[in-house]
Amino acid sequence: MNNITYVSGRGMPLRGNDIDTDRIMPARFLKVVSFEGLEKHLFEDDRRTNREAHPFSDMRFNDASVMIVNANFGCGSSREHAPQGIVRAGYRALVGESFSEIFLGNSAVLGLPCFTADHDTIEKLQTLVEKAPETTIECNVETGEIKAGAMKFTASMPTPLRDAFVQGKWDPTLMLLDKFDEVRSVGKRLPYVAGF
Amino acid sequence: MADTLFHKVWDAHKVRTLASGQTQLFIGLHLIHEVTSPQAFDMLRQHGWNVAFPERTVATIDHIVPTSSQKRPFLDVMAEEMTVSLERNCKEFGIKLYLPDQMEQGIVHVIGPQLGLTQPGMTIACGDSHTSTHGAFGAIAMGIGTSQVRDVLASQSLAVEPLKVRRIDVNGQLRPGVYAKDVILTIIRKLGVQGGVGYAYEYGGTTLDRMSMDERMTICNMSIEGGARAGYVNPDDTTFAYLKGRKFAPSGAAWDKAVAWWRSMASDKNATYDDRVVLDAAAIEPTVTWGINPGQSVGISEQIPANADPEALAYMGFDAKTPIRGTKIDVAFIGSCTNGRISDIEEAAKIVKGHKVAKHVKALMVPGSREVAQEAEKRGLHQVFIDAGFEWRGAGCSMCLAMNPDKLEGRQVCASSSNRNFKGRQGSPTGRTLLMSPAMVAAAAIAGEVADVREMIEAVPA
Repeated sequence: MNNITYVSGRGMPLRGNDIDTDRIMPARFLKVVSFEGLEKHLFEDDRRTNREAHPFSDMRFNDASVMIVNANFGCGSSREHAPQGIVRAGYRALVGESFSEIFLGNSAVLGLPCFTADHDTIEKLQTLVEKAPETTIECNVETGEIKAGAMKFTASMPTPLRDAFVQGKWDPTLMLLDKFDEVRSVGKRLPYVAGF
Repeated sequence: MADTLFHKVWDAHKVRTLASGQTQLFIGLHLIHEVTSPQAFDMLRQHGWNVAFPERTVATIDHIVPTSSQKRPFLDVMAEEMTVSLERNCKEFGIKLYLPDQMEQGIVHVIGPQLGLTQPGMTIACGDSHTSTHGAFGAIAMGIGTSQVRDVLASQSLAVEPLKVRRIDVNGQLRPGVYAKDVILTIIRKLGVQGGVGYAYEYGGTTLDRMSMDERMTICNMSIEGGARAGYVNPDDTTFAYLKGRKFAPSGAAWDKAVAWWRSMASDKNATYDDRVVLDAAAIEPTVTWGINPGQSVGISEQIPANADPEALAYMGFDAKTPIRGTKIDVAFIGSCTNGRISDIEEAAKIVKGHKVAKHVKALMVPGSREVAQEAEKRGLHQVFIDAGFEWRGAGCSMCLAMNPDKLEGRQVCASSSNRNFKGRQGSPTGRTLLMSPAMVAAAAIAGEVADVREMIEAVPA
């Protein structure tokens, strides 16, 4: 597993609070037994029904790899299909005001760092990218420093997730299996596992 | 030292601190279903991993099952393929699976408690955000994604971070026509859909103390809609009475030992909390959502707020400062893991009895499990709904998320006892959902518009 210490690329400004995972990946696309091809359906209903142009349909942001979102992004359903679609569409980092807990965990396991910063900073970054889509956004996972054009700020991330990315331990299964005897002994000492 | 149930359960299940700083937490019960597990099994096969504790894993199908006819093969080819895939995976790895031809089948969050699988003091994980439901028994139950389903299958554990605990006390008597659903909608309205991020919600107070397990499940179920990954109620005599005699509940000498352990896991009287909130039950009205997230709600006698979110108003086609009462509906849906249990059906039946569904309304009653359906049929409740013009369906998630043929069409408005009013949630990208209690859905189905169930209760002779 690779260490994720630095991500850079063009931005995708996706405005709005409480964008839930039903909007990111509508439920009908969950009728699959693999994650392949999910990127095609990312925000499909929002793109089709929005009266104003959806940023995902805006050619200027076609090559983006850093999505800039507002508060409580990824709330609602625990479907990993949402971050799977985002990663498969070529995104390597998200920068936003806040993320739902389940989404944050699902993204971490896929090696997708989610940075948070205050409302004004995010708004400024979204405006910057809307005006100058060619701007490269540089994200340092280790320090949280984010640079975009003349903008520079320090974003945050829960320490264990940051360390997991930096140490290349963001996909935890091997760690969880590493001392499996300890898992068994916890099972043995739990009354309900032992049958009371 | 005085402590909360959350910390006691966490400590009892902690395996170790991982190099990343996360906690490796033992998972006592893993519930799986057809939508979020197929890729997890594929990942196991790719790595040559086995299922660590197949006997602590239970599977069912719920999300994609049709509710009109549940005969196999399902007409929907993809639904059939997902079911076959789960059958194959469960067989290969030795996991118990409940299919629609078995009495145990139903929505995963309905059958876990019903079978006595869900017990106090446990950690429970499931690839579904409404796993918080099981917290009603004093378990720490969390929704997870597919890669984490793989982790639990492979290691019976998760890499997680601890939550803070917010104690929410609801005190006093709920007024007639006000239900658990109104309580949780009011909590979410007050604390916001982001208010619970980073927290587990501990619900208590005299109102919760008096509630049945069904009602407590409705409350815990929607914790996630308030941003809280887990929500729970401390186990008490109501909890134990519910569990006694259930298929997988302890019995004989083990029962007394279990009750003693369960009691010991409850939060201590003088436990300290990271935050506290107190609500007055008597002040809660029948509540209805007007917007596109579960926090956007009002009491039935209130108007949509003057400062209502313009995006939500535009999507719903509503105006600020107008009443929600009187909003014409097209569809009425009673069911889901929030409100698809026997007491929900009973309460709705009291309202429906002797009335007819308005001519322009399509009304669905979808029991949460086969056992719930059977119990309702035994009591003749199904006939009350059928006589009124409801469709009486088979068990499943149905129109809560519309992964089966039950969907809204176009901009239809649905009075729904489910949990999410997100844009497009009920299957039409422009469909509109009004969340409310099952009794309020029943009232709306009859009136053909959003109505105040309290007036219908007054009309029923005692």
